[in-house]
Amino acid sequence: MLDARLFLLQRATAVLMAPLVLIHLALIIVAVRNGLDAAEILSRTRGSWLWGSYYSLFVIAASIHAAIGLRVIGFETLGGSRRIWDLTTILIALLLAPLGLRAVFALVAS
Amino acid sequence: MIAGHRNHPLYFAFVLHRLSGLLLALFLPAHFLVLGLAINGAEGLDGFLVLTENRLVKLAEFGLVFLLAVHMFGGLRVLALEFLAWTPRHKTYAAASLAGGFFFACGFLLSAGS
Amino acid sequence: MDSEPDGSDLNASAPGKTIAVSLWRGQGSSGGLVRYDVPARDNQTILDIVTHIQRNIDNTLSYRFSCRVGMCGSCAMMVNGVPRWTCRTHAGRVTKNGRLTVEPLRNLPVIKDLVADMTPFFDKWQKAKGGFAGNRSRAEDIEPIRPDSAQRRAADAGIECINCAICYAACDVVAWQPDYLGPAALNRAWTLMNDVRDTAAKERLRAVSAGDGCHNCHSHQSCMKFCPNELNPTAAIAGLKAMAARAALKGEL
Repeated sequence: MLDARLFLLQRATAVLMAPLVLIHLALIIVAVRNGLDAAEILSRTRGSWLWGSYYSLFVIAASIHAAIGLRVIGFETLGGSRRIWDLTTILIALLLAPLGLRAVFALVAS
Repeated sequence: MIAGHRNHPLYFAFVLHRLSGLLLALFLPAHFLVLGLAINGAEGLDGFLVLTENRLVKLAEFGLVFLLAVHMFGGLRVLALEFLAWTPRHKTYAAASLAGGFFFACGFLLSAGS
Repeated sequence: MDSEPDGSDLNASAPGKTIAVSLWRGQGSSGGLVRYDVPARDNQTILDIVTHIQRNIDNTLSYRFSCRVGMCGSCAMMVNGVPRWTCRTHAGRVTKNGRLTVEPLRNLPVIKDLVADMTPFFDKWQKAKGGFAGNRSRAEDIEPIRPDSAQRRAADAGIECINCAICYAACDVVAWQPDYLGPAALNRAWTLMNDVRDTAAKERLRAVSAGDGCHNCHSHQSCMKFCPNELNPTAAIAGLKAMAARAALKGEL
C-alpha cells in the first residue's frame, strides 16, 4: 500500500509538522484564556505574513499527511483496488488543502 | 474480548495513534470551515465562537487537544523507531506519549477554565 | 520452563481431571471447532494433547510436527488465539478454566484440520529476494568476515529464523493487507542486506520497498513478542525502512 515514496512523504510531513503542532498547541492554550474571541484571534493574524506562512505550510502538510493516513486506514479496513485508493488519496488532499488555505486567507487577508 | 495476539501495550499504542489520526482527519474540514467564517469579518467568526462557551464543547475541545498531542508524540516515537537506533524502551516511550497528551489536554482545560 | 503460578488453571494438570479441548476440524475454509475431552496430566504439552486425540479418540485428525523438542518449528499452531510452538507450550500454563482452543496458524490457508498451507509464506520469502547471491566461487579463498562488525552483528541478530511462521500468524498487517510480505521474509531480507558477501542488494531493496513491502509495517511488535527464537523482525523492518528511504532520497531506488 505504501511504497518508499509515499512513506517518505508521510514521514517528511510528520517531521515538518512536529514543531508546527507544538506551536499550535501552545497557541490554543494561550488563545482560549478568557474565552475564544474572534477579534483577539484576528488581531494576531490579520495582515501577518508570519502567521500566513505558518498556517499555509501547516495546511498543506496536514492535507498530504491526512490523505495518506486515510489511504492506509481505508485500504486496511475496506480493501479494494490500489487505483481507487490512489484516486481517493489525491481527492482527499485536493479537498482539504483549498478548504484550509481559504481559512488561512480568511484569517490573514479578509 | 481482545484477540490473544493483540493483547499487549504496543498494539494499544497503535490503536490510539490510528484512532487519533482518523478523528483528527475527520475534524479538519470542520475546523477549516469554521475558521473560514472569518471571511465575513470578526462578527462572522464570533457567531460560531459564542457556541464554544458551552461546557460540553469545552470537553470536546479537551478531547481534540488530547488527540492532537498524543498523535504527535506517538508519531515522534514511530519516527524514532524507524530512523534512530533500535531501543527496547518503546513501551516506556508509548506511556510517555500518553502522558504528554494528557499534559497538554489538562493545560488546555486549566487555561479554558480561567 | 516456569513453575510459578500465573493465574491459569493449574488444577488442569492434576490426575483424574479432564481438559475440554476445542480443535479446529475441517477442510479448506469450511469447518469448525470440535470438542474433545482429554485427560489432564502433569507436564503435558499442547502437542501431547493433540497427539493423544489423534491416537486415542479420532485418528482422522491431521496435524504437523517433527522434532517435538522446540527446534524445527513445524508444530506451530494458534493456542487460545496466540501463535505458539505446541511442543514448547505447557498445557498447565495456557489452560483457562479447564478449557483450551487449538486452531491452525492464522493468516495462512488451511489444508486440513490443524495443517496450514505454508506456500504463501515461502512465496513471499522469495518475493522479498530471500535468496543469497554470493560474490565468490569455490575456486577463490573464503572471504574473512569479522563477527563483531556492526553489519555482521545486525545480520546475526536475524539468522536464527527457522521459518515457523509464528510471526506471520501474529502480524495484523498481514491480516489486513494480504499481499504484505510479512515479518519473516523482511527479516530475512534485512540479514542479507547486512551480508557483505551478497551481491543482490539493489534488487532486494527494490523488492522490499515496493507497495507490499516494509513501509507497511505499523510496528505493533507482535512478531517480536511471539517469536520463540526471540528475533526482532520489527527492528529489521525499521532498518529496511531507513535504508530504502535513504536510497529513495538519493535517487538510487
